Amino acid sequence: MRTVVDVLWKDVLIEWRARARTVALLSFAYTMLLLFAFAIGPDAAALRHHAGAYLWMGMLLCSSLLLDRTMRTEFEAGAIQSLLLVPVSSSGLFYGKALANTLQLWLVGAASVPMVFVVCGASLTESAVSLVATLGLGAAGLAAPGTLYAAMTARLSGRQLLLPLMLFPLVVPVVVAAVKSTSLVMLGDPMEQMGSWLVLLGCFNLVYWSLCGILFGRVIEA
Amino acid sequence: MKQRWEIGVAIFGTLLLVWSHYTGLFVAPPEAMMGDVGRILYAHVPTAWVGLLTYLVAFVAAIGALATGKAAWDAMVEATVEVGLLLNVLLLIQGSLWAKPTWGVYWTWDPRLTTCAIMVVAFGVVLAIRRQIDEPMRRLTLSSVATIIAFVNVPIVYMSVKWWKTLHQPYSSPETVDSAMVTPLRVAAFGMLFLSTGFVVRRWRIARTALERDFDAPDLPAESAPLAVEDSP
Repeated sequence: MRTVVDVLWKDVLIEWRARARTVALLSFAYTMLLLFAFAIGPDAAALRHHAGAYLWMGMLLCSSLLLDRTMRTEFEAGAIQSLLLVPVSSSGLFYGKALANTLQLWLVGAASVPMVFVVCGASLTESAVSLVATLGLGAAGLAAPGTLYAAMTARLSGRQLLLPLMLFPLVVPVVVAAVKSTSLVMLGDPMEQMGSWLVLLGCFNLVYWSLCGILFGRVIEA
Repeated sequence: MKQRWEIGVAIFGTLLLVWSHYTGLFVAPPEAMMGDVGRILYAHVPTAWVGLLTYLVAFVAAIGALATGKAAWDAMVEATVEVGLLLNVLLLIQGSLWAKPTWGVYWTWDPRLTTCAIMVVAFGVVLAIRRQIDEPMRRLTLSSVATIIAFVNVPIVYMSVKWWKTLHQPYSSPETVDSAMVTPLRVAAFGMLFLSTGFVVRRWRIARTALERDFDAPDLPAESAPLAVEDSP
């Protein structure tokens, strides 16, 4: 547990000291949201209806940039070898890095929500807690397999192509559940379906976080 | 000769498929709702069953490869993922051919179809990783991990007709079809199983030979010294 906290703190500190990169990532998310809105055109009803989908498409595209960057930092100048020599357990390293990635993705999502409200004309019709939970579970669902795949592709020549190619198909169930849940928060939930989508997100997280935690050690050794 | 039993298995499987498809096309009654279009059942359902089974073997082989680090398990991962992918693509093509007269379109974003298409990409990535890495042990580890993660899709594909509202009909099995259709369906399933087993074993032998040579090859130095050029007098 101590290792997880230490690795998490290390990653947060690295990102804090390189704040310009986080701002660039957020600018990228905003640009994506604007482009989605331009692609649909001035149809206010369609924009509002698909606001949740645009938010998560932006998050998904940002995730591949973020995950590649945070893992590349570890592999540059053999930093990961030094970490493992400390010694740091591979599972502690995975959970620390995955939590740091979750936190950053959650922040990107939370900062994108006001932009979605402005660009798409969406608003909250359900509790803000549900939106916070959806962003958290969705970000965690992207971060766990993303951290593992980023470690796998970090030293491959075509990593910038391979990472999204591997990650995006795998996280489709997470994105579908997160989009549905977000849309229910923004458009209303008269049939009370949100609970089932959040449970589905929780189940995917349980599978990915446990499986990826087990396999991460083998990937790092390789 | 001893090493060619898989060819016999594949030929036996082909004969079973020929008999079952003939019976399914010309002897068995047409499907109550879809008529003759429903006869694709004898090809489509066995392809789906055996495809998922092949991915299950790939998953077990990936665990075996990670646990032992042996070329034989790694070769099984390569063989089963390749054959599974072939069956998966075949499944999508058959499904599209059936969907056009039934739903009016070749493709729709139905949960079963979408999860099947995702499965093609997820396992296709395993082969892409294998082609990217030259070092045998690293290739074994990373492709096995990718196979295990890709296998998460398989139960999702299987359960998709239950979890989501879908156009696709629920699970097909001998219990869900008329008794006159059961025998050709069962024989077709065994035919597909034997044919795929023949393919997998054959591919496994070829892959194992190549991988064992890779595993036994001595490590080359990272950088070779430049050749000295002697000045001619």
